[in-house]
Amino acid sequence: MLGKLTWQAIPFDQPIPLVAGGVVFLILVAVVIWIIVKGHLPYLWNEWITSVDHKRIGVMYMLLSLVMLLRGFIDGLMMRSQQALAFRAPGYLPPEHYDQIFSAHGTIMIFFGAMPMVIGLMNFVVPLQLGVRDVAFPTLNSTSFWLTATGALLVNVSLVVGEFARTGWLPYPPLSEATYTPGVGVDYYVWALQISGVGTLLTGVNFVTTILKMRAPGMSYLRMPVFCWTALASNLLIVAAFPVLTATLAMLALDRYLGFHFFTDTAGGNQMMFVNLIWAWGHPEVYILVLPAFGVFSEVIPTFSGKPLFGYRSMVAATLFICIVSFTVWLHHFFTMGAGGDVNGVFGIATSIIAVGTGVKIYNWMFTMYGGRIRYTTPMLWSVGFIVTFVIGGMTGVMLAVPPADFELHNSLFLVAHFHNVIIGGVVFGGFAGLTYWFPKAFGFRLHEGWGKASFWFTFIGFYATFVPLYVAGLLGMTRRLQEYDVASWQPWVLAAGVGVLVTLVGAVCQVTQLVVSILHRDELRDETGDPWDGRSLEWSTASPPPAFNYAVLPNVQGEEPYWEIKRRAIETQQLAAEPDYKPIELPRNSPTGFITAFFATITGFALIWQIWWMVVVGLVAAYLVFVVFAWRDVTEYEIPASEVAAIDRARRTARQQWLDTHARVGEQV
Amino acid sequence: MSVSQALPGTHRRDMDAYRLRHGHGGGHGGHDFPTGHGEGGPAPRHVVVAYGFWIFILSDIIMFSTFFAAHAVLATATAGGPSGTVMFNPANVAWETTALLLSSFTCGLSAVATRARSLVWTEIGLLITGVLGVAFLVLECREFASFVARGASPEASAFLSSFFAVVGCHGLHVTAGLLWLGTMMAQVFVKGFRPDILRRLLCFNLFWHALDIIWVALFTIVYLIGLGR
Repeated sequence: MLGKLTWQAIPFDQPIPLVAGGVVFLILVAVVIWIIVKGHLPYLWNEWITSVDHKRIGVMYMLLSLVMLLRGFIDGLMMRSQQALAFRAPGYLPPEHYDQIFSAHGTIMIFFGAMPMVIGLMNFVVPLQLGVRDVAFPTLNSTSFWLTATGALLVNVSLVVGEFARTGWLPYPPLSEATYTPGVGVDYYVWALQISGVGTLLTGVNFVTTILKMRAPGMSYLRMPVFCWTALASNLLIVAAFPVLTATLAMLALDRYLGFHFFTDTAGGNQMMFVNLIWAWGHPEVYILVLPAFGVFSEVIPTFSGKPLFGYRSMVAATLFICIVSFTVWLHHFFTMGAGGDVNGVFGIATSIIAVGTGVKIYNWMFTMYGGRIRYTTPMLWSVGFIVTFVIGGMTGVMLAVPPADFELHNSLFLVAHFHNVIIGGVVFGGFAGLTYWFPKAFGFRLHEGWGKASFWFTFIGFYATFVPLYVAGLLGMTRRLQEYDVASWQPWVLAAGVGVLVTLVGAVCQVTQLVVSILHRDELRDETGDPWDGRSLEWSTASPPPAFNYAVLPNVQGEEPYWEIKRRAIETQQLAAEPDYKPIELPRNSPTGFITAFFATITGFALIWQIWWMVVVGLVAAYLVFVVFAWRDVTEYEIPASEVAAIDRARRTARQQWLDTHARVGEQV
Repeated sequence: MSVSQALPGTHRRDMDAYRLRHGHGGGHGGHDFPTGHGEGGPAPRHVVVAYGFWIFILSDIIMFSTFFAAHAVLATATAGGPSGTVMFNPANVAWETTALLLSSFTCGLSAVATRARSLVWTEIGLLITGVLGVAFLVLECREFASFVARGASPEASAFLSSFFAVVGCHGLHVTAGLLWLGTMMAQVFVKGFRPDILRRLLCFNLFWHALDIIWVALFTIVYLIGLGR
């Protein structure tokens, strides 16, 4: 009746996951009860859960990302503290638990921390920067989000029901085959990623279509903000790479469930094929994450340097160069496979060449800052911190790209330090820069600068304090994923990294405090103008938070920095452009389709993990019925009357007029 | 501060920027804003939908290419079991191909009928497409069953694993296509040729022809090369 699911699945004998899971469960129950008692449920359902507005979906992605970043960070704390205690000692985490933690840490951080972060930023920003009202397929967008949330839910359910994979964040066979890992851990991994992977793929389809086919009048390709370019490159990579992940995990699932022999060590299976296929997805994935972060810096640095981006076209070219070359380097993840000197040489050179594209970008950002009037706000601090950190990470990457060096450093803590160096220094710094930069646009008030700067400095210093020792430990020969070790020369470095992660923890606490403090003091941090940073791209021309339709009239784009030009003209002429002729606006209606689809996807995924076959059938039939019901809808849009559009836009114009008056007075003094 | 009013009078380019109502491309006169460069503002809904669906199909083709790559690696890994030369039945494959190619043709005919706004012929075209699709699936299942009956199940060798996976994946796509086809017939029947139904018919046509394209690759890579091995 319930497949493999029995009471044994609950780890009553392991206090750590049980207590952690119990606490999280109680918090969840408390939150749900609070929502229901306070009567927030209808608001939540109508305004958020069923919303197909790209801005709301972007905010929900960011929220998911922040929660999962914290969750993954706790795993990181546990790993560092275990290793700090584990010199010739068992520490406090038994091997089978420690293995689950490092697997869950990587999986959660990449798929449910970093991915929702960049997708959330793209969701919120791209349609605004393109000057349009929404993405190409708004309901699909909502479905993508909820499928991602389903994956995150399944991974976290594994904490208390059953177990998670002990195979690392990429489940290499033959260890991940049913013969050697018979439990449900790998199955949780496979189905959580398959379901969220479908969501991500649909996001890719959605954004490629949006960026290529839905831009404001006059916005030719070479007038798009660089963030949109990087979003385009990232989503092209999603469309090209995620199907490979889907197919690879499907093959692993067939091996595990139906006795196929894709990757087994018997009957002709080929384990290295898994490694090749997973990295054919995995390396582009790195650039899926980091390209949008590059885009964030390309928005933040010009704004706070008071200058246009240096080398716009070379930036676009470098982005597309990275986009293409990222598909030709996957083999550097396993130079030790034994493909021979020629093959390794080709991939080593290709890997080093990618650094050229990134180098172009680094110089462009520095030349943007050169001679500018730099304002060191929190987003700018994250950006400058990124430039320094990413250059170091990039250089250790080029070191690892040399095959003979890689033979020494493969699977060592040097590698671990390298990829944390680029992912934290690139993606996470970019995510936080984007978060603080666009937060006022989303909510109409800024985040607290003091706490933001504190968060930056603690995270920045904590990062170096954690990972520089790990570089050294790696050079001393310490391999990754050790639950216990007995080499005395490693111990000081491991202890230093343990201290470093505590500094980072202070940074994380500051980050949370910043959010709480900012929400409590939102009236003091309020921005009425919609343009709190003296921005340059279109999103700053509308109100904060933007109305549901983003722009009362689609902007007519005349250059690379359309809003900056218009702002200059308004200041020069001391008046706003003439009031446009307002027309009614049609917007997509909210739809519970995404949420309901994800609900049944959760049921199907859970049933597949525990092999509850009747429930699988129920889930799939229900999914088909959702499809039919959704297809049957007759009314898909609602209309905002011209009078309402006019009222909303006139309020914005009034605020802008006031801003213009103050700005004029400031100008006279100068 | 309204952006849209910055430069009045320059904005005439959104008039049919995608040249959808121009016959054969040429003769567009002096102001030529290149198609697809999107300077004319957001594309019309049916362009966006079809374009997005194309992107989805491309991603699907990449997924198949992964299975093809796996099959290319594992095609000789028979582990002492039967090879394609022994197992494949060219006659059966020929009938499968005939059914699927014909179904693509009838699917195209139904699209012609849709263009002429003929409800009856659209439905008949879709129905024949569906029947041929079912025939294809029956033939495929028969082939699978005969394989298993002769001991050539996917558990037998890596070659058979990848064979069943790549052919079965295509079969699953056909099954999903048939479910979609059924709902499309019902939608056309109940709701008529509304713009959204027309867009979905267009997407369905794209999907069904893509299945054919994948089958052509599958026929070549799995069956033809497999028989010649």
